[in-house]
Amino acid sequence: MLRYTEDHEWINLEGDTATVGISPHAIEQLGDIVFVELPEAGNTVARGDAVAVFESVKAASDIYSPASGEITEVNETMLDDLSSITPDRATESWLFKIKIEDSSELDELMDEDAYKSMIA
Amino acid sequence: MESRRTPLHDFHLAHGARMVPFAGWDMPVQYADGIRAEHLATRASTGLFDVSHMAQVWLTGPGAGAMLERLTPTDTGAIAEGRVRYSLFLNDAGGVLDDLMIARHNDILQLVVNAGRADHDIGLLRASLDSSVTMDVRSDLALLALQGPASPQVLARLGGDLDGFTFMQIRNMTLAGTECVVTRSGYTGEDGFEISMPASHAPDLASAIAADADVTLAGLGARDTLRLEAGLPLWGHELDESITPIAAGLRFALSKRRREAGDFPGAATIMAEWNNGTARILTGLLPQGGRPVRDGAELALDGKTVGAVTSGGFAPTLDAPAALGFVDAGLAAPGTNLMAVVRGRETPVVTAALPLVPHRYVRN
Repeated sequence: MLRYTEDHEWINLEGDTATVGISPHAIEQLGDIVFVELPEAGNTVARGDAVAVFESVKAASDIYSPASGEITEVNETMLDDLSSITPDRATESWLFKIKIEDSSELDELMDEDAYKSMIA
Repeated sequence: MESRRTPLHDFHLAHGARMVPFAGWDMPVQYADGIRAEHLATRASTGLFDVSHMAQVWLTGPGAGAMLERLTPTDTGAIAEGRVRYSLFLNDAGGVLDDLMIARHNDILQLVVNAGRADHDIGLLRASLDSSVTMDVRSDLALLALQGPASPQVLARLGGDLDGFTFMQIRNMTLAGTECVVTRSGYTGEDGFEISMPASHAPDLASAIAADADVTLAGLGARDTLRLEAGLPLWGHELDESITPIAAGLRFALSKRRREAGDFPGAATIMAEWNNGTARILTGLLPQGGRPVRDGAELALDGKTVGAVTSGGFAPTLDAPAALGFVDAGLAAPGTNLMAVVRGRETPVVTAALPLVPHRYVRN
């Protein structure tokens, strides 16, 4: 189940664990990404917590957790080559996996069609 | 309020620009390739920037030079025909109201002032007018900046006459059939030109320049990262009403005759600082560890505040973060280790001499 937030994160729930990233639109808007701070595996976060930072040439952007739970894994590999974070690689450029406490939190998020009309 | 549009608005859209509001104007922050690519292309070859949002103001009449001397520390009599000077509008406390370029061309003092300060500056000038000066705000003109090491070749291919034309000079040129007024100047640290022309000719001339294989279109994003590396101050960041030219490292903008006469706004404060130094001075900052620091971050040493970041981001030429900021004068020596407090966390930064990337002006 793929959902989007108004802040351009995507969250894909499979079983009780979800993968979180930022949308192709967000990657495009950020421009050249020069620094990424990922959360730490093992941390417990609440929905809406600022958990990661993307720094572009121009600005710093907080990434908020779309759901509450425990971070189980982070995508350290993406840090090896920030230039690989491109709009067409939004899925591969996932940020972290989170064990969800309450999947009903995702009910308030947008599906792909709703998100696409929001950014249109 | 509706954003103003330069004569190149359609040109920008046709070339894939991302437009943003800036100082009341709708301006290209970048084109499709992005800020880093535009920046590197300017350093390696040539970037073309629309800077038509800056205001061009002409002063004529026997009192024009004296009028500017009431507002700036520049010896206007020392600006020979065909020459350009960097100058500052100062307040009585020695703070900077804006920075500007003054050229003398055809016996007209031709000013270029920042877009964000244009209304202020024009008001200041208007209030200083007397019957011996005429002011003409040339909103009928457009302004392009062609910047980078290949820019002389690009200009020559368009028919520009560069013979004996060096940094901070101004002359007429006919470029691709358009009569222009060109200065050898810019705000990137590179050799380059600023080209003034009738607004109606700007789209055709911009297209002719952009058709040159050496030219990359560049937006305000790259303009900002280029001037950051070049250590060039931006009003509202490194310059404002509370910052003196001495603190901002702009001693060169104070003409010798004016210093000796002490007859410019804020001269008492500024000349005391000229002789004794200032509490804080502008320095380059190199953040360590890859995380940029941004405008507004506090600079600290051993938990004590010793300064603040005024501009910060990423320096594509250095392939690393870079910033400008004011620090206590005793800590400004290059290589001093400080902490920048960024979004509640500390990032180590090292002070560095300006410019961070050497200037490449063609002086002779």
